Amino acid sequence: MSIWFENDKKLPQMRLAAVSYGIVGLIGLLLFGFWNLQVIQTTHYKDLAERNRIRSIPIIAPRGSILDRSGRVLVDNYPSFSVLLLRDDPKIMEPLLPEIADGLGMTIDDLQEQVDAAKTLPNFQPIVIKPEASPGDIAFIESHRPDIPVLEMMMVHRRRYGENDFLAHAVGYVGEVSTEDIAGSGGRLRSGDITGKSGLEKQYNDTLMGTDGLRRSIVNSVGKEVGQLLQQDPTPGKAIRLTIDYDLQSVAEQAMAGKMGAVVALDPRTGEVLAMVSHPSFNPNDFAVRIPRQEWDQLNNDPDKPLINRAIQAQLAPGSVFKIYETTAMLESKAIPADFKVFCPGYATFYGRVFHELNPGDSAHGEMDLHTAIVKSCDIYFYNVGERLGIDRLSYYGTSFGLGRKTGVDLPGEDSGLMPSEAWKERVFHEKWYAGETISLAIGQGATEVTPMQMAYTIGGIISGGRFKQPHLLMSDQPVPEVDFPISDSTVDFITQAMWSVVNEGGTAAASKLPGIEFCGKTGTAQVISAQGKEKATNKSALKNNAWFVGFAPRRNAEIVVAVLVQAGGYGAEAAAPVARDVVKAYYDKKGGTFKGAQEYSANPQQPVTVPGSTTATAQATPAAAADSASRP
Amino acid sequence: MREGSGIRDFDWWLMTLVFTICGISLLEIWSATHASHLAGMQWRQVLWIGLGVLIMLVLSRVNYHHILDQAPLLYMIGLAALVAVLLVGHSRFGAKRWLPVLGEFFQVSELVKLIIIVVLARFFSEVRSDRLLLGDLVKAGALVGVPVGLILLQPDLGTAMVLVPVAAVGAFLAGLQWKHALFVVALAAMLLPVGWHFLKPYQRSRVTTFMRPEDDPRGSGYQILQSKIAVGEGGFWGKGLGNGSQNQLGFVPVRYSDFILAALAEELGFAGVVVTLVLYMALLLRLVQNAQHAKDRAGMFLIMGVTAAVGFHVLVNAAMVIGLMPVTGIPLPLMSYGGSATLFVFLALGLVMNVRLRRFVN
Repeated sequence: MSIWFENDKKLPQMRLAAVSYGIVGLIGLLLFGFWNLQVIQTTHYKDLAERNRIRSIPIIAPRGSILDRSGRVLVDNYPSFSVLLLRDDPKIMEPLLPEIADGLGMTIDDLQEQVDAAKTLPNFQPIVIKPEASPGDIAFIESHRPDIPVLEMMMVHRRRYGENDFLAHAVGYVGEVSTEDIAGSGGRLRSGDITGKSGLEKQYNDTLMGTDGLRRSIVNSVGKEVGQLLQQDPTPGKAIRLTIDYDLQSVAEQAMAGKMGAVVALDPRTGEVLAMVSHPSFNPNDFAVRIPRQEWDQLNNDPDKPLINRAIQAQLAPGSVFKIYETTAMLESKAIPADFKVFCPGYATFYGRVFHELNPGDSAHGEMDLHTAIVKSCDIYFYNVGERLGIDRLSYYGTSFGLGRKTGVDLPGEDSGLMPSEAWKERVFHEKWYAGETISLAIGQGATEVTPMQMAYTIGGIISGGRFKQPHLLMSDQPVPEVDFPISDSTVDFITQAMWSVVNEGGTAAASKLPGIEFCGKTGTAQVISAQGKEKATNKSALKNNAWFVGFAPRRNAEIVVAVLVQAGGYGAEAAAPVARDVVKAYYDKKGGTFKGAQEYSANPQQPVTVPGSTTATAQATPAAAADSASRP
Repeated sequence: MREGSGIRDFDWWLMTLVFTICGISLLEIWSATHASHLAGMQWRQVLWIGLGVLIMLVLSRVNYHHILDQAPLLYMIGLAALVAVLLVGHSRFGAKRWLPVLGEFFQVSELVKLIIIVVLARFFSEVRSDRLLLGDLVKAGALVGVPVGLILLQPDLGTAMVLVPVAAVGAFLAGLQWKHALFVVALAAMLLPVGWHFLKPYQRSRVTTFMRPEDDPRGSGYQILQSKIAVGEGGFWGKGLGNGSQNQLGFVPVRYSDFILAALAEELGFAGVVVTLVLYMALLLRLVQNAQHAKDRAGMFLIMGVTAAVGFHVLVNAAMVIGLMPVTGIPLPLMSYGGSATLFVFLALGLVMNVRLRRFVN
């Protein structure tokens, strides 16, 4: 045996002690590490553990229905299933993607793109990969639950809108929230939520949208459900009742078929909107699921701009309807005697320029007083009135009646129109007002712009003695805000009498007379030509005018005002007045109990009007382009 | 010469600590597995512990001088086994570490740890000086370097790492000079980038993940993150045995073995962790105390080799569980489920008892 261990017995006691201290130090260090996680940061990790084990699947709250004034359903929901992809564990999910894409009839690229787009979201939040599951998809998910544990179905409520684009613009549509929506909602909206995108759906989103519930379940590390937690029930959205009358709306929609323009029917006593049409239209049902990119682009790039709500967004020269504002200004300001007369030879000279009667059918009207000038819509008479009143008075009264100002209707995106003034010209063009511009302005040409909503609102206010009730589509028992600009009864009487004569005593709208109904109105025909259009249009007769008509009934204490715009429709009397006539007739038929359905009304000449894009005065017509259109004598 | 004393000379303090830790281990293995297909695993562990105690008793009867006599032979056997495992070994989890013995698979590297402890004790006790010379240091390095290289080829970074502190503590007690220590540290720092080059991709990802686990919470950072969540969620008092959601729902990886401390931390809280780590501290200090009372330097080196290996296991495993070290597959001695690891600890304790029983013998 060797003697290798027979060395000295002296042990390195100092170094052994050092090792002991080292052990105590290292254990202390470890304890500090545990203290840090378990005591200092424990809340944070408790949170993470919760997210690990609890999977929340939203229970979508149904959106409130939209009803007409008598409670008929205009918009409701239908049940449908969305396919959810659970992303809690990508290690499980990712290898299954090809199989999922195959089973749901999607392309793997499409699916992968959706998964990639959701990378920034927390993993515990499932994403919708297919909004409308077919029966085949549901069968696929159910039969593959054991081997594809990352698919879930979520019951959702899809919006069902009326057929034939019924009330499309007023109601609007819903869609998935955008990132801006989420940022602006103060935490109310989450990614994937459905929210109102336009119209009343947007305006009253907070009422219509409910609060989603949550189904919370405990899952294990491979995503298998092992238990249920208390369910948080959804709160359904509330229904809203509109002032819209389904029957009047149907009649108005039918009357506008094939036309481009808008109809607004108001009750001037309350500001309730009875009907509101904008044509051409779109089908909001297309937006209810997920609108395909291509379809969206098509709607957006359509030269007829079907997405624009012309009732509140078409800002156009009012044509001869302006003469009503002017007459009111003349009588109320007393700047010109009420018996002012003009001889009309078919033209007149102002400031060295010759101004003609604009309607080619009109030549010399002869001796005109105020009443006959309105009835015959004599331009020469109102040139003279305009010159004598001057821009300041026209602007003051026009603005007081509500021109150039939003009516405040409860819809998003209303435009304000424009009432020109010296100050406006100075501000926008840095030029002085030319007296000649007042002459064009006097017959509703020039820079003045009015929306159909504004026209119904302002005329309704004038014939109600200056009580301008704020238009609204939501039926409410709250007092309606109003603007008061008192107009004397004699003025109201004179104007309503003249407008009665326009329809009933051989005036410009005589063809739209309604037996037994005090139907009154005023036609307007606004010239349309933009600088661009003038160059392009070789055949000038192809340029059709915008037709306006504003009508009401009965003559005193009117119950209904209807403003109609038919773009490129030609003459107000021919294109626009029959639409208003149908709506007013339907109103009286309903009142008398003889309404039998929209099909009984026949304003629509049944010939589709095709509109060349270059002559279309679009809703975005700039003041400059509109001003240009006035420079034509 | 009397061959040691009876069983009453066993270190009963030490054994009390050992069995307390084993008891906690069985409790937590039960808790981690009772609701799964692994239910009943704690009874298998009881068998391993029983077998371990038996082997410990046998080993404590053989005079450690006789064992140290055979150091060169043991070293050769160890190297041969490492080569064999590389040639005919059984692969599990992507690494060749297992050799079939008696129908069970044993991790050869566990045995090699023990052999290296013996070989280094023999080597350092033959250095008859208070100051370790550079030449001897290099020889010691070579003795450890060869098996370390073979284990790295398996690859088993964890076990290879364990041999380093065994050698380091040995050298320190053998009178390592500070300038040499500095030189070795500097050399290691220089070789680190070279070593990086030889790491397997999964090992590299474990290291990078350890540096920044947030970058890849679903890849290799998953284990560390889930372990930290379990530990942090436990709070001060824990969620109660069998109630840890991270543990029971399977979020904690290998919760009955390498990550058993995370499962314990979740269910027994910081309080349970303090008790457990203090038990380990007491165990290690008791081992050092035994070394201080060893009859000769050889016995002292033997016990301190065991202390270094066990201490390193505890340190690395606990630090891994709280995300302070990368995942290396080092189990927590006496806690983690596993045959080879449990047998290794009891074999090592057998060596310690061996030295202790002969402390008064001359």
